[in-house]
Amino acid sequence: MLAEKYRNQIDATLAKYPADQKRSAVMPLLYIAQSEYGHITRDAMQEVADILGLEPTQVASVVGFYTLYHDHAAGKHYIQICNDLPCALRGADKFAADLCAKFGVKLGETTADGMFTIEGVMCLAACDKAPMFQLQNTEGIKYYESQTVESAAAVMEELRAKTDQ
Amino acid sequence: MEHIVLRHRDIPGIDKLDVYIANGGFEAYKKVVTSMKPEEVIDVVKASGLRGRGGAGFPTGVKWSFLTKNRPAYYVVCNSDESEPGTFKDREIMEKNPFQFLEGLMIAAYAARAAVAYNYMRGEFWTLARELDKKIAEVKARGFLGKNILGSGYSLELYTHLGAGAYICGEESALLESLEGKLGQPRLKPPFPADKGLYQMPTVVNNTETLTNVPMILARGAEWYKAIGTPTSAGSKVMCLSGHVNKPGNYEAPLGITFRELIYGEQYGGGIPGGKKLKGILPSGASAPILPATEAILDTPMDYESVAKAGSQLGSASVILLDETVDMAWAALKMIRFFKHESCGKCTPCREGTYWMLHVLDRINDGQAVAADVELLGNVANQMVGKCLCPLGEFSVSPVLSSLKNFRADYEAHLKDSKKPAAKPAAKPAAIPAAKQTEIAAGD
Repeated sequence: MLAEKYRNQIDATLAKYPADQKRSAVMPLLYIAQSEYGHITRDAMQEVADILGLEPTQVASVVGFYTLYHDHAAGKHYIQICNDLPCALRGADKFAADLCAKFGVKLGETTADGMFTIEGVMCLAACDKAPMFQLQNTEGIKYYESQTVESAAAVMEELRAKTDQ
Repeated sequence: MEHIVLRHRDIPGIDKLDVYIANGGFEAYKKVVTSMKPEEVIDVVKASGLRGRGGAGFPTGVKWSFLTKNRPAYYVVCNSDESEPGTFKDREIMEKNPFQFLEGLMIAAYAARAAVAYNYMRGEFWTLARELDKKIAEVKARGFLGKNILGSGYSLELYTHLGAGAYICGEESALLESLEGKLGQPRLKPPFPADKGLYQMPTVVNNTETLTNVPMILARGAEWYKAIGTPTSAGSKVMCLSGHVNKPGNYEAPLGITFRELIYGEQYGGGIPGGKKLKGILPSGASAPILPATEAILDTPMDYESVAKAGSQLGSASVILLDETVDMAWAALKMIRFFKHESCGKCTPCREGTYWMLHVLDRINDGQAVAADVELLGNVANQMVGKCLCPLGEFSVSPVLSSLKNFRADYEAHLKDSKKPAAKPAAKPAAIPAAKQTEIAAGD
């Protein structure tokens, strides 16, 4: 259970907000839930709701609204490539297509071994260093900028080697 | 020029607290907290001419002055949501010059008499938020945060808060909703945040870059700041340069330098790759009208008034450059895809309008459109103007209307009937497939 396992982290989070405004902690708590369970399960939504005194639907609506929360299982690592206009002008679409081809998926799909979900995402505030992607997994979010298909594939192969099947 | 905001480019290691302090860091804050009244701080910022760097360009001191002695702000919130395509300045500021940013936020909090300040960062800045948390702890350890700061009787706590991927949270009332743990959807205004903001309490919301200017203004005085830039657009601005340019990146320059200097200047963008011709300039990401790269536009000074007069907005000065090879119908598609994805769904004009603009643009780019589709696209956009709940909805028509106005031939080249567009009778808009109708009903 999150409430026991992450007691200190949850308390520190709640301390940031007024005592009568616990709802503000819903997003930080959802990040905790997501890194614990890999994605945000229905049970996790209930747990977060219980901790904050909310209805599960209030938590679910937040999960549904924000793109960094995932309510279903997919790849262990999300490879999220920005293919918005500024990145596309610097080759992001081709980068995304080539990287997908190398891993045998289409954009938005998960590799057969369940390791990677490669997605196209909206602007990530790294337009000057395109092509780029962010890695999202249970560890958090990390940027990889000024990428080539080779450098991105190398990052991914290293991740694959480190991650349990 | 000397950097004011991107000072890490002049002073290596300024992201270390000791180095920052050795270079005068937190002197302004100490002076403010121990010897100035909040209204005196506001007067200095007002006199400096500093305007909001997040895009709106609203005078910062005036914003702060909406809070009166009898009705103090309870919260100051920094908008570090930075999600506009083409904008990547706030990230560099927080990564490389974090203490000056924090000092600015702390001075703003003092001026607003706030006991708590939040820095709302987009969720993608996850790693950066963890770094910033460590820096805040260091600042607190020096006695600049907490209770009774420097014996002044003033107390302040400062926290980071991460969003989770929603462009709309850059709109200040949506940001406040999100900080309250709700969907990031804009509120009806008025009331404005200065009246009813976070938790319905008076709140000041400022952008990261805006606040990073503040310590230097307090340290050196309003006159010093006002002497930089133009009479109505004071100071320097971090210009984000991306797209077709030799040296993309952030450049801090006095407001009022011309597009030509920024794009072609050796110390800035260094020109267009391959010596190609520049076709279009987006001065403020996807949110402001695209300008044709004419000689007159290139010679336009980059200040709030001049860019508006030229038919666009300086906004956050996130300049995206498009060379002669770019098909503007494709560029518009890319931008509308963004707005469609990021529409929060609260108001009908934006939710449905972006949906339809995207579908018509898809049809045009797929070569399936006729001349009437181009008219339809313009009609949809025009029907949205002035009817959206928040500025972000209003922004979404810019890529369409400005590209139709300036680059209509790019659209016509895609049409099935492009050879004789005028000779054909206006075609009916294509019927909506049943599946799509269901999708609309489901609130896509």
